Amino acid sequence: MTPVHAAGTFEGLRCLFERDLRIALRRRSDTVAALVFFVIVVSLFPLGVGPEPTLLRSMAPGVVWVAALLASMLSLARLFADDHHDGTLEQLLLSAVPLPLLVASKIAAHWLCSGLLLALMSPLLALQFDLSPSATGVLMVSLLLGTPLLSLIGAIGAALTVGVRGASVLLSLLVLPLYIPVLIFGAGAVDASNAGLGVAGHFSLLGAMLVVASFLAPFAAAVALRISME
Amino acid sequence: MNPVLELRQVACVRGLRTLFEGLDLSLQPGQLLRLQGANGAGKTSLLRMLCGLLAPAQGEVLWRGRRIETLREEFSKELVYLGHAAALKDDLSALENLMTACVLGGVGTRRAEAIDALAAAGLGGRERAPARILSQGQRKRVALARLVLSRGAALWVLDEPFNALDTAASAWLIGLITAQLGNGGIVVLTSHQSVPFDDSVPQAVLTL
Repeated sequence: MTPVHAAGTFEGLRCLFERDLRIALRRRSDTVAALVFFVIVVSLFPLGVGPEPTLLRSMAPGVVWVAALLASMLSLARLFADDHHDGTLEQLLLSAVPLPLLVASKIAAHWLCSGLLLALMSPLLALQFDLSPSATGVLMVSLLLGTPLLSLIGAIGAALTVGVRGASVLLSLLVLPLYIPVLIFGAGAVDASNAGLGVAGHFSLLGAMLVVASFLAPFAAAVALRISME
Repeated sequence: MNPVLELRQVACVRGLRTLFEGLDLSLQPGQLLRLQGANGAGKTSLLRMLCGLLAPAQGEVLWRGRRIETLREEFSKELVYLGHAAALKDDLSALENLMTACVLGGVGTRRAEAIDALAAAGLGGRERAPARILSQGQRKRVALARLVLSRGAALWVLDEPFNALDTAASAWLIGLITAQLGNGGIVVLTSHQSVPFDDSVPQAVLTL
């Protein structure tokens, strides 16, 4: 008989994290699609509004942030839906690892393949809006702080809408209003930087929201998953 | 001896219909329970209740005398549930799927052990094939290979394990289940056909 040894919590979390990243790597089209969507939406604005530098500079933060919200919605719908479809979600619910931790691990993998890439892409897009280097830096940092929040909050909505018909529309309706504070402080930081004001307050608030959400969102999403799987 | 798995006055309601109610059941180590019943009779619902995926409308499910919803991960460590779907990721290979399932189920698995398990399931040489290109029967075999590595689990809950399996695989699975029962495990399964177990295997049948 083969010796059976127990796998710990950490081993399970790492395993799920690696699994999700591996799937994302083998299915790059999904990740790339969200990224291209982000670039196109942002690029449409200078074309539509016209080459007025002051106008572009003032609207850049809002445009980039709204595009980031929409782009993150694209991949969110599949955060749990794919697992639900092939039956692996049931196995996650019955795992020896506590479900909130597994959910946190999935969220982390999701952010690496969506939010992080959006944030890294943003300086390139800032060029189209003639943002100053300092404002570009602030935009990127605000996205780095804010996009994990989008994944965390979105995971609750994704968990609630698992297995529901028309889930993606419902998900947008549920989650986009909850993104408003992130949008206000994320875009607000860049505005403040444009106006020559300090950005520490905005970053602190985004950071505080991130800390609270990292703690609460996995639990909320785990409870939501158990409810939607009944 | 106290029963390890016990159902007390369990009722199942799906939508507005009551599928069954007042169901009492107790299982000892080494017992096999086969559920049968017409389509929609609630076989899968009962299995999901045994695992804690579905809360009973009434009554309670006890594991070693404690309610399973208070045990959660402690109970999950002793449980293997194989649902109707094979629970495989299309983009991962058979080997990756098996190892992920085992680690998440709390069973640490070395690569060599997983390869041996797949070979025992009749998938020798197909370890690296992505699950996408496997046939229904082969997908089922990958899912069932987990049982080889989960001999330590006290409770196996299998939903239609014989579906899509050929005779060789069915015989292999019967052997696995018989060995597990011999080791004091409990096995609950659903099956439309009666399963040709040895007469020595105590097979209880519950018709819903």
